[in-house]
Amino acid sequence: MNEVPLNTFKGTIVQERQLKEVIEEHKEQAGGLMPILQKAQDIYGYLPIEVQTMIADGLGISLSEVYGVVTFYSQFSLTPKGKHRISVCLGTACYVKGSDKVLEAVEKKLGIKSGQCTQDGLFSIDSCRCVGACGLAPVMLVDDDVYGKVTPDQVDHIIDSYLTKKEVKANDR
Amino acid sequence: MTVEELNKIRDDMADLIKVRKLVASEGAKLAKKTGYRKQILVCGSTGCNSSGSKKVIETLESELAKQGLDKEVLVVKTGCFGLCALGPIMIVYPEGAFYSQATPEGVVRIVEEHIKNGNIVKDLLYKETVHEDGSIISLSETNFYKKQLRIALRNCGVIDPENIKEYIATDGYQALAKVLTSMTADDVINELLESGIRGRGGAGFPTGRKWAFAKASQGDIKYVCCNADEGDPGAFMDRSILEGDPHAIIEAMCIAGYTIGAKQGYIYVRAEYPVAVERLEIAIAQAREYGLLGDNILGTDFCFDIEIRLGAGAFVCGEETALMTSIEGHRGEPRPRPPFPAVKGLFGKPTVLNNVETYSNIPQIIRKGAKWYSSMGTETSKGTKVFALGGKITNVGLVEIPMGTTLREIVEEIGGGIPNGKKFKAAQTGGPSGGCIPACHIDTPIDYESLSALGSMMGSGGLIIMDEDTCMVDISKFYLNFTVDESCGKCTPCRIGTRRLLQFLDKITAGDGEYEDLEKISEIANHMKSSSLCALGQSAPNPVLSTIKYFKDEYIEHIVDKHCPAGVCKSLLHYEIIPGLCKGCTLCARNCPVDAISGSVKQPHKIDKSLCIKCGLCEKNCKFGAVIKK
Repeated sequence: MNEVPLNTFKGTIVQERQLKEVIEEHKEQAGGLMPILQKAQDIYGYLPIEVQTMIADGLGISLSEVYGVVTFYSQFSLTPKGKHRISVCLGTACYVKGSDKVLEAVEKKLGIKSGQCTQDGLFSIDSCRCVGACGLAPVMLVDDDVYGKVTPDQVDHIIDSYLTKKEVKANDR
Repeated sequence: MTVEELNKIRDDMADLIKVRKLVASEGAKLAKKTGYRKQILVCGSTGCNSSGSKKVIETLESELAKQGLDKEVLVVKTGCFGLCALGPIMIVYPEGAFYSQATPEGVVRIVEEHIKNGNIVKDLLYKETVHEDGSIISLSETNFYKKQLRIALRNCGVIDPENIKEYIATDGYQALAKVLTSMTADDVINELLESGIRGRGGAGFPTGRKWAFAKASQGDIKYVCCNADEGDPGAFMDRSILEGDPHAIIEAMCIAGYTIGAKQGYIYVRAEYPVAVERLEIAIAQAREYGLLGDNILGTDFCFDIEIRLGAGAFVCGEETALMTSIEGHRGEPRPRPPFPAVKGLFGKPTVLNNVETYSNIPQIIRKGAKWYSSMGTETSKGTKVFALGGKITNVGLVEIPMGTTLREIVEEIGGGIPNGKKFKAAQTGGPSGGCIPACHIDTPIDYESLSALGSMMGSGGLIIMDEDTCMVDISKFYLNFTVDESCGKCTPCRIGTRRLLQFLDKITAGDGEYEDLEKISEIANHMKSSSLCALGQSAPNPVLSTIKYFKDEYIEHIVDKHCPAGVCKSLLHYEIIPGLCKGCTLCARNCPVDAISGSVKQPHKIDKSLCIKCGLCEKNCKFGAVIKK
């Protein structure tokens, strides 16, 4: 039960204004829905049904059409992501070099599965298909930091380094 | 900008680039003329970035400033050199000194000893470039580069991709100038047809014919698209070209626009490639500023512009019709062909769609001629091919070889062989759509036909090397997991077929396989091949079929003997302690998380198989090698 509940959407007025500007900017562009969704996810961190509704209304298309596109692409997320986003590469080059064991170690350390977010909202785990850093396989990313040639033993240390002192204490309790 | 102005930039910049290509002594003379005593090129591509090249560049710049050398030394952030395993990579001209695995500490020494005092820091050089007697050989003479021929990658690791002038200095946009001022659309098509170039995205359709179809299609609006949705996991050729030489793609798309009569181009890039997107954005902005995109290009009446569209993580969007559906803002599902894109493509208009690597060859074909291009390669496969060499190989990285080079040359010479003394087992090309080439076919020349004949395919260029520790059943399972995830679900053969195949493989790796499963797999696979809507479903069974073809014994061992020879499939393996080697130190028993190991001190221990969870900790901890995996 570590997943964050779905019905916790708290959008701010500033975010809503930003979204409306984005919709306005791409409204007339052919095929503008994808860029709007990408920017909306940058604004909110994910694409809850409330945000999709605003986009559908803004473009004058049905919610089902927006939802259909959102659920088709793996980079669009219906649930919030953690403050630190961990991503383990499961591309072929990394897999051949044992990245599945790295992912297992991350899941074990945080007590959640790939695709989920910890209850405190600090970490979420995803697997990705090739970031193109195959020379460093196996590769794991935390936010924008790339860790190459990772072994399962190093996972604890890498994740701990993202906890500030205060967070470490809170975790210990 | 006019052609004269273009030529002037080229001539003004020529010496600066030439220093990077001459032998040390000649380069030193020329370097004086350029105003820069030394040039330091550092790879700023994703691979080297990930191993810390940003910090290396920062340290380099601050050290040079500290020493007061920043006015006489030019620091250039380039694209990929190819040797990604040894990153961050840094090369100092005119000496051509190739420093690998550069660190900020190393850079401090290089600036002090080499740049300031003129003594190359030999212990930091790539070891292959230093002879036993201490003399230095150039990069092009090392095993990794010797057999390579860099056409598509010609500017990667040579120029600064964020500076349009450096591209122009290497004859950039000259092909566009030639096309606009002296060639008709049919001339361009004939040149491409004669060159023999075929699409580098995987299927190998002749590019000239594709362009001819789109040109022949009627319509006032047409489009040019670039497929930069490099989805094959383990492949990064297109990314490296976009990061290292983005203007080549822009130039080629302009040429395509002129040829078929299009005014608008789209580049569809994976969102997972932030560096490539950023460099493309910079390149497009610079091209517009220089009047090489936009209205009246090079003073002619030709108008053309390019827009970037980002993918959102769907493998199927690498398929051409799905890619166009995605640009249109819909779920990226493929459409039935015909009509082909050349007739009815993006937004229902005639469209030319080529892959990044294909485009990167085109300006050079126009400039140097079809004969030059067709002189490289084999009878049916002309030119070169870029491969992303990965997996169990020493020199992981990016290589470009003439078509017809054998797999053995790539693995043993360029790739430097398999690490840790292991044996080569198979090479996988074409990713989730391709197949394996086993060790017995290692002397196969790489070209479209030879690879197809072996049941694999050229693919976009992923080349994953596997050694004896790789289980072929597990690897097919890996690819099917991928295609199950990525099947868009539109057509039944692919949606259900991939899932059924995966279920069979799960069953086999769990130890429940039956001999008949192999027949059922091939039956489903044949249905998928003949009736799936797009190439994803048609080719999804290839990894399974090709491994069954070449490694049937391994499948049978899983099914009949319930044994995984590579020791990968967990359900089929168990750990044992060899009594003769065990000293009874109790270390394994103390580390076992489920107390499955029993025995008294100084007596051989035993593993209770019913309790063992096969975590492997005992094997890892044993100091006497007494625990073995079977």
